[in-house]
Amino acid sequence: MAELIRVKNLRTSFFTPDGEVKAVDGVSFDIGEGKTLGLVGESGCGKSVTALSILRLVPSPPGRVVGGEIFYRGRDLLKLKGEAMRKIRGNEISMIFQEPMTSLNPVFTIGNQIGEAIRLHQGLGKKETREKTIEMLRLVKIADPESRIDDYPHQLSGGMRQRVMIAMALSCHPSLLIADEPTTALDVTIQAQILELIKELQERLGMSLLLITHDLGVVAEQADEVAIMYAGKVVERANAKAIFNRPLHPYTVGLLNSLPGVSGHKKKRLEAIPGMVPSPLELPGGCRFRDRCPKAAGICAEAEPELVEKDKDHGVSCYFA
Amino acid sequence: MAILDPLSSILEIWSVDMSLLEVHNLKKYFPVGEGLFSRHKGEVKAVDGVSLTVEAGETLGLVGESGCGKSTLGRSILRLVEPTEGEVYFQGKNLLSLSQRELREVRREMQIIFQDPYASLNPRMRVGEIVGEGLEIHKIAKGKKKRERVMELLNQVGLREEHYDRYPHEFSGGQRQRIGIARALAVNPKFIVADEPVSSLDVSIQAQIINLLQELQEKMHLTYFFISHDLRVVEHISHRVAIMYLGKIVEIAPSQTIYRDAKHPYTRALLSAVPIPDPEHKKERIILEGDVPSPVNPPPGCAFHPRCRYREDICDKVEPKLEFGAGGHGVSCHVFGPGKRAHPSG
Repeated sequence: MAELIRVKNLRTSFFTPDGEVKAVDGVSFDIGEGKTLGLVGESGCGKSVTALSILRLVPSPPGRVVGGEIFYRGRDLLKLKGEAMRKIRGNEISMIFQEPMTSLNPVFTIGNQIGEAIRLHQGLGKKETREKTIEMLRLVKIADPESRIDDYPHQLSGGMRQRVMIAMALSCHPSLLIADEPTTALDVTIQAQILELIKELQERLGMSLLLITHDLGVVAEQADEVAIMYAGKVVERANAKAIFNRPLHPYTVGLLNSLPGVSGHKKKRLEAIPGMVPSPLELPGGCRFRDRCPKAAGICAEAEPELVEKDKDHGVSCYFA
Repeated sequence: MAILDPLSSILEIWSVDMSLLEVHNLKKYFPVGEGLFSRHKGEVKAVDGVSLTVEAGETLGLVGESGCGKSTLGRSILRLVEPTEGEVYFQGKNLLSLSQRELREVRREMQIIFQDPYASLNPRMRVGEIVGEGLEIHKIAKGKKKRERVMELLNQVGLREEHYDRYPHEFSGGQRQRIGIARALAVNPKFIVADEPVSSLDVSIQAQIINLLQELQEKMHLTYFFISHDLRVVEHISHRVAIMYLGKIVEIAPSQTIYRDAKHPYTRALLSAVPIPDPEHKKERIILEGDVPSPVNPPPGCAFHPRCRYREDICDKVEPKLEFGAGGHGVSCHVFGPGKRAHPSG
């Protein structure tokens, strides 16, 4: 299976008055054509910064990609000039965000905003743009698109706004969609609608998906492959079945154990992970998880474990996995 | 009665066969479009005739989607918002008939924990003052005694004594929620409304806080009214669960019953929408069409009927009542209510 994008040893830092924050510190993964990679981690683990780095949208200053390569269809995105990168954004790689209200401009109609993307990237005329926009709204299953096109964002519900965001992101037929917590702000019944829509569109358009989320349930339902991030690093990576059936890294195990039981497996107490994520300015030497790890031993403090393959296509960075 | 000291009068009326908390037909309507230049246009029926009971020592989970009125219900019970209509009996005493002074006395027994630990702590106060404020207001302890009690509380919620003099911004989200819990516990309450207490926390921290709440409940015999949109969390922590839709309770039952044998089509759709962390788990997903209707102008009859795939002729005409069947299982549905049809899918 052909790979669409390969991220190699990506490092992105923010240079703050208190020192260098290594938000992404040597992250590698690849996504095949039409496949979904779930990038999972808790707040501050660097999953969103990874996505922004791929699109070269890291706010600079204070942020900067300080190392690594991002090969998209064989070209290193990090070496592209401004104009070439602009052609990639939207046309090849698109992104949707968590909060659809803050990502939409409140003073323009949704037709205007979706149309802008189409006009800029495809050079269509006014009438064609409007037709194309209505077609996109129909694609994301907004009822009565001919009149909805003239609505302003505040006239739409949260779920509808996220549909508009998806319509906008897909309007130029990207090959890769990056979805950063696309359903976190939505209620479960609306989340189910949106996830279903993304799945359906992905199959229809043959698109790859980088799905960033903290919700292991969402990942289990959508992803083919999963990468678990902790404090700026991928600590485990495998196909979805292996991650949930045979997790190897103590952090992955801890995350799964701390979930409240799903019907039938009611536990008396949750197995919480003790302590909290270390400050990125004061990372412990060696393995970053060792302060919270039940398996930690002397070696863990000495050197940082590498991500190595334990099983076929199942990488983990732990001395005891 | 009114001349008696409020606490002793509570003890007098409260008989053992009453529940710790009884809510009867509680309503809270908010006016819409009322302003300097516009006339009164209508009202949002945030809570629209809720009746329920909470027994001492149990956790009643309240689940619903955004805007269904669950937070307003929690606050109306404590009279943090003034209800429009109804009765709330706490230990046999109708809270809605109390004067502000009497109410303050009863509030010692009823506390609240908020969702957002960032917004609910005063950034200019030290942790010790935040936790100890209730002790002074209710004249429980001051000075050295207060300090000792606060230290004890900090230990109880897993914080350290050196945290006493720090400010909220020095803490992480999980730690701030611990501060919020210590503040609620300070006055030795019986009843706590927990309004989405773990929703803004990461999973690993969420589990710590849930465990803490359960330990405290066992140790101090606390009663929780646990509001959440997260069905997995609610299943874990609750003895009984109530499902709310557009200001009304549509189903209420012991936790296992809700999760294994839900009757209301909305409850079933809600449960089926929860993503399960197991890629091999196959299930039928009920995708609800459309969004929750506006509470200003709810649909006639059963408020859920426009989204319900089982609706019958009666559903848009007559409003169903919450009726109870065996095992304290209440359902408000013309089609699947107690003694009516069984679900086609079991």
